[in-house]
Amino acid sequence: MTSLASRAQALRSNTNAWLVPLVILLGLLYPFLEDGLSTLPLIGDFMPTTGTVVVMIAFTMMAVGLNIVVGYCGLLDLGYVAFYAVGAYTAGWFASQHFEQVTFHLGSSVDNDKVGIHLTMWLVLILAGLLTMLSGIVIGLPTLRLRGDYLAIVTLGFGEIIPQVVRNGDSFGGFNLTNGTFGIAPIDPVGFPVLSAIGLPDNFQTSDNRERWYYLIAFLLLLFTIFCSVRLRDSRLGRAWIAIREDETAAAAMGVPLMRTKTWAYALGAFFGGVAGAYYASFKSGAFPADFYFNISVFLLCMVILGGMGSIWGVTVGGMILAYLNFSGLSTIGTKIQDAGLNFDPTKYQFGIYGIIIVLMMLFRPAGLIPERRHRIELEEGVHDTPFYDVQTEGALTDRDRSND
Amino acid sequence: MKDTLNRVLVRLRDPRVVNGIGLGLLALVGVWLVVNFIKGPQEFVNVALDGLTRGSIYGVVALGYTLVYGILQLINFAHGDVFSLSGLVASTMLLTVLGLTGDSSNLAVVGGIIVTLAVTIPLFAVVNATIERVAYRPLRHAPRLTPLITAVGMSFIVSNISLALYGVDYESGSDLIPQGAAFTIGDIIVTWKLVVALAIIVPALFVLSWFVGYTRQGKAMRAVAQDTEASAMMGINVNRTISVTFLIAGALAAVAGLVFLLEYNIRYDTGFELGLIAFTAAVLGGIGNLAGAVVGALVIGFVQSFNEGLTWHAPGGDWTRSIVFGILIAVLVFRPEGILGEQTPEGA
Repeated sequence: MTSLASRAQALRSNTNAWLVPLVILLGLLYPFLEDGLSTLPLIGDFMPTTGTVVVMIAFTMMAVGLNIVVGYCGLLDLGYVAFYAVGAYTAGWFASQHFEQVTFHLGSSVDNDKVGIHLTMWLVLILAGLLTMLSGIVIGLPTLRLRGDYLAIVTLGFGEIIPQVVRNGDSFGGFNLTNGTFGIAPIDPVGFPVLSAIGLPDNFQTSDNRERWYYLIAFLLLLFTIFCSVRLRDSRLGRAWIAIREDETAAAAMGVPLMRTKTWAYALGAFFGGVAGAYYASFKSGAFPADFYFNISVFLLCMVILGGMGSIWGVTVGGMILAYLNFSGLSTIGTKIQDAGLNFDPTKYQFGIYGIIIVLMMLFRPAGLIPERRHRIELEEGVHDTPFYDVQTEGALTDRDRSND
Repeated sequence: MKDTLNRVLVRLRDPRVVNGIGLGLLALVGVWLVVNFIKGPQEFVNVALDGLTRGSIYGVVALGYTLVYGILQLINFAHGDVFSLSGLVASTMLLTVLGLTGDSSNLAVVGGIIVTLAVTIPLFAVVNATIERVAYRPLRHAPRLTPLITAVGMSFIVSNISLALYGVDYESGSDLIPQGAAFTIGDIIVTWKLVVALAIIVPALFVLSWFVGYTRQGKAMRAVAQDTEASAMMGINVNRTISVTFLIAGALAAVAGLVFLLEYNIRYDTGFELGLIAFTAAVLGGIGNLAGAVVGALVIGFVQSFNEGLTWHAPGGDWTRSIVFGILIAVLVFRPEGILGEQTPEGA
C-alpha cells in the first residue's frame, strides 16, 4: 500500500470505537451515580455535584466552539468571552422580565401574566446562537484580513469592549439595554411546557429534579456540539480551515477564499459559544456583566491548548478537566490542604495555575494531551517536505526514502 | 439582493472609501476637541497636561512592547505584568526598606528614588531576560502562535507572583511627591506630578535613544530587527542581541513602574490593562518604531485624559477602555502601519 493511502487510512480509522458509546453511557448515568460516588472513601469528596457538572459542560461547549476558531482555522481568538456575553444577554432579552414595556409569551415555562418577552428557551437557544454568529461576523469582517498576532490583539480588544458596553448599557439615549452592573435576572428556566402532559416537567427550575434535567439537556447539547464539530471538520469547509491553518498563502493559491472561510470559522465557532452562554444563563438564572472578563477567554483557550488544538476529544477532555478544577476541584484541594494545616489557597492562584499549564504545554507538549490525529501523524512520521536534493552537501541525496512515495 | 450586497462589500474594501471613513472619524474628533477648547481653554490645557503625564508613562511601557515586537514579532503580554511587579517592588524599596514617608525631606526622596531605580532596573532587566530565556527562546522556531500563547501564559504567571507577594491591596507612593502646582503659567497649572514624571522619563528616553542609535549593541539590535538571518550571517550573535533587547525592555518597565507608583496606585493586575493600553499605543505609533511608540502613547494619554476630563460631550471614564480598544481596532482597520510606521505585510 502506498504511504499516502495508508496515511489516509490512519486519518480515518477509529481504533477506540467502543470508547465513545461507553463515555456517553457513563455521562448519561452520572447524576444517578453521583450520590453513590460521593460517599466513596478518599475520592468521594472530589466528585463534583450534578449542578457543577452542568457548569463544566457549558464551559466545555464553549471550548469546543473556540476550538473551531483556534484549532481548526488557526486564528487565535483572545476575546471569545464576548460571544459568551452575547449569548447570555440574548437569553436575558428574550426570556426574562427585562423589557417590561411589552408582554409577549411564546411557549414559555413561566406564568402568562409576567411582563417582558418570554420565548420558549428552546427558541432562545437558537436565537442566541444566531445572534452570536452575527456578532462573530460583524467582529470578523473588519479584522479577519489581519494576520496572526494582530488578529489576537483585536479580538482581545473586542473581548474587552463588549463587557464594558454591557456594563454601561443601562442607558443608551435613555434606553435600558443591559440593565448595567445589576445584570438581567431572573432569566426563564428551560422546560417542556407543551409536553408536560406526558410527564415531562414544564419548568426545570421548579421541578423536583432541577439539576438532573439541566444536566441531561446540557449533556445532549454537548453531544450535539461535538457531533457538529466532527462533521464540520470532515466537511469541505473544515478541510479549507485546516488548509488555512497549515499555510494561508498556499491555501489561497489553491483557491480557498480566505475571508469567507475564516468568517465562517468565526461565525460557527461563535454559534456554540452563544448557545452555551444562553443555556448557562438560564441555568444560573441571570446574566451579569461581572461574569465576562478577559480571564474567561484565557481559561477557554487553556482548555483548548491542554486538550490539543484541533482535537475534538482532546478539547472535550481538557475542558472538563479544567472546568472541574475551576468550579470544584481546586476548592476541594484547597480544603484538603488547609485540613492538613497548610495555609495555601489554590483558588486564589487559579489563573497562575492556568498560566503554568499553558506555558508547560507549549514548551513540552504543544500538540496537547490528546493530539489531533493529523497532528500526531505529522509528529510520528514527519512531513514530506525534506527536499530530494540537499544543496548544502552537493551531490548527496537526502535521507528521504524515495520508494516511500 | 446578493449582487447589491457584494457590490457594497467590494466598495467597502476600496482604499479610498476606507481612507475617507477614517479621515471623517478623525475630523469628528477634531471638531469635538476644538469645541471643547473654545468652551474652556484653561481647563483644556490642564487636562492636556494630565494627558502628558499619563502618556509619558504609557510611552515607556510601549517602548518595551515595541522593542520586543520589532525584534521577535512577538507581543510580549508578560511585559505589562513585569511592569506592575516592578512597581510593587519599588514600593517595598521606597516605603519599607528606605522608610520614606510624606514627611521625608526632598533630598531624601530624590536619593530614595535613585537608590530604588538602581535596584529595580537591573533586577527587572534580568527578570525580563529570564522570561525570554525560559519561555520564549525554546520556541524560537515554533509556529508563530505558539510563543504568543506562551506569552499570555507568562503574563498570568507573573501577575500571580505579584498577587502572591503583595496580595490584592493597592500600593502607592504618591505621598512622596508634593501635591499641587510646581509653578503656574497664567491659569495653567504645572503639577509636581508632571515635573517628576518628566524628570525621570526624559533622561531614560535619552539614554535609550543613545544606546539604540550609537552603541555597537544598539546597532546589532536594529540589524536583527531588520533581518534576523542576514544579521546572523554578518556575525551578529542573534540570541545575545535578543537577550539584550529583553534586558532593556525590563529596565524600561522598571522605570515606568516606579513613575506609575509615584503618580497613581498600583497592584498586581494594574499591569494587565496598562499593558494593553501601552500595546495599543505601540500599534498606533507603528509597531517596531521607537519614536512611534512614544508618539502613540502621548496620543493615547491625551485621548484618555480628554475623555475623562473634558465636559462637553465626553463619554467619561466608564468608556475609556472601549475607546482605547476602539482606537486600536480603527488603526488596524484604517492604517495598520500606524502613524509613523512603514507598510507591513501584516496590514495588507
